[in-house]
Amino acid sequence: MADERQVIVSVKNLKQYFNIGKPNMVKAVDDVSFDIYKGETFGLVGESGSGKSTTGRSIIRLYNPTDGHIYFNGQDISKIKSHGSKMKEFRREMQMIFQDPYASLNPRMKVKDIIAEGLDVHHLVKNDDERDKRVRELLDMVNLNPEHMTRYPYEFSGGQRQRIGIARALAVDPQFIIADEPISALDVSIQAQVVNLMQDIQKKQGLTYLFIAHDLSMVKYISDRIAVMYRGKIVELANSDEIYNNPLHPYTQSLLSAIPVPDPAIETKRTRIDFDHKRPFEDDQRLQEVLPGHFLYCNDEKAASLKKN
Amino acid sequence: MDKILEVKDLHVDFDTYNGVVHAIRGVSFHLNAGETLAIVGESGSGKSITVRSILQLLAKNGTISKGEVLYHGDDLLQKSDKEMDKLRGNKISMIFQDPMTSLDPTMTIGKQVAEPLLIHNNVSKKDALKRAEEVLRLVGIPNPQARMNDYPHQFSGGQRQRIVIAIAIVDYPEILIADEPTTALDVTVQAQIIDLLKELQQKIGTSIIFITHDLGVVAGIADRVAVMYAGRLVEFGSVNDIFYNPQHPYTWGLLDSMPTLDTNESDRLNSIPGTPPNLLNPPKGDAFAPRNAYAMEIDEEQQPPFFKVSKHHYAATWLLHPNAPKVTPPASILNRFEKFKKLGGNVK
Repeated sequence: MADERQVIVSVKNLKQYFNIGKPNMVKAVDDVSFDIYKGETFGLVGESGSGKSTTGRSIIRLYNPTDGHIYFNGQDISKIKSHGSKMKEFRREMQMIFQDPYASLNPRMKVKDIIAEGLDVHHLVKNDDERDKRVRELLDMVNLNPEHMTRYPYEFSGGQRQRIGIARALAVDPQFIIADEPISALDVSIQAQVVNLMQDIQKKQGLTYLFIAHDLSMVKYISDRIAVMYRGKIVELANSDEIYNNPLHPYTQSLLSAIPVPDPAIETKRTRIDFDHKRPFEDDQRLQEVLPGHFLYCNDEKAASLKKN
Repeated sequence: MDKILEVKDLHVDFDTYNGVVHAIRGVSFHLNAGETLAIVGESGSGKSITVRSILQLLAKNGTISKGEVLYHGDDLLQKSDKEMDKLRGNKISMIFQDPMTSLDPTMTIGKQVAEPLLIHNNVSKKDALKRAEEVLRLVGIPNPQARMNDYPHQFSGGQRQRIVIAIAIVDYPEILIADEPTTALDVTVQAQIIDLLKELQQKIGTSIIFITHDLGVVAGIADRVAVMYAGRLVEFGSVNDIFYNPQHPYTWGLLDSMPTLDTNESDRLNSIPGTPPNLLNPPKGDAFAPRNAYAMEIDEEQQPPFFKVSKHHYAATWLLHPNAPKVTPPASILNRFEKFKKLGGNVK
């Protein structure tokens, strides 16, 4: 089945370093490769500092990648210039939803102007009537009252603000959306509302998502495939059931063993798996396919033994 | 069991630009010696304000308009600020959510951990620092002797939260109030901090009030659980009562809206529709009624009292009234009832 699927985003040997040449150089993303298929939700999980957000930000070109390539629909976008027309074209196809619904909306702009900013930049509407009509459509799509389009962000709750952020991302009709911890700042009862909304819209519009999060149970629920990041590298990648039922990397195992489960009987019996952070990587290791569709960061010997079983 | 702390009919109001917000509207609960009580609720439900009222750490525009906070039978709300100072950080101490802002960036951590001892006890600086070193070792800071002279920025987030915990327990408090102590941390670090709190509880016998919005964390740490909504408790009971025999539709909604690792992508998540009410004008009836699929007419009119479910389990919902119609809870809740029966519980 995987062969028939069309690759929408392909990341090849992406490196994103900061403070290059200085003593405080950070290899935030260190040689990462993966493909995202059209129409799927690709989950990227890891702890703070693992490089998951940086990966997302490099893909949408908020940074200039240090090395490597990013292909979007087959076209290399890793080198296109920041303010050129090509970048503008590309940004219409790829949008982002941010973590903090308070900081990501301009408090001095009306909701309709926040949502329509993309429409204006790309000249997608001819006049104010058309603009208002499109904003109404978008507000309706994210289950907000179109009558509220002249209000300011402070008049909305966290969950409602995140819906505004989603409407803004959808305004330019993108193919691909990067959602960077879109529900982490929301209450449990509101998280489910936003996740359901994102899934409904995905079905209707055939969108592809890169869903970045640290909440593993929600990631498992929403994602088709999941990549686990640790210190700038992908240590494991597989479909979401496989990651949860058959985690192979000790870091993935440790991460899964730490997820709190809302069931006291399970919690009292839980044993945590500790991960040794001292020597996480060896020189002879690389990300390779060890089972069909299941990639592991390991050496060739380990891969060969896993393939045999 | 000994009731070490008892909060009775607590009411807290906040004066705001838009009017008076009735943030806490009659909350009563108690804490038994040696146990961990978890208070769960969404942001704005009043869980933090409730525990801050215990230590009278409210913002300037907040007033406790009614209620009692009995500590060993003594009403803390009648005490002067000076008397409260003797209790804070000594008998009752608090861990705050954000380890980044609750430490003084200009003070070495050794001094910060020793500070409560120097203020409350008549100990020499040398002894206090020695004790600080012991406690830092206890909370798992490696090589504490050398790190005593380091500043907060030289530690990771998880280590800083350990330091905050060290400050809170250095005087072996009777009561430890932890306000979302793990929310800002990664899951693996969160698991370590929870294990640490459990271990400390066994070693020094502290009673803990643990505030969180994460039901997974509650399942792992609590002996008893109180669920808050819109400034009131809606249900309380043992951890098994709340997780396997929940009675309030809000508790159902909270448990039901979390995906478990068995939830498939094809199953839609059950969300609670709408948002919590504005407490500038608290609703006349049950505050949860507008979001409650099981609401009845009486919910709009009259606040439900607490109905007894079992010896220590109470829920404030009209569904428990003898005349209420029988309703079927969500499927995931029925599964929980099955587990309750297996544990020997009595499901109504």
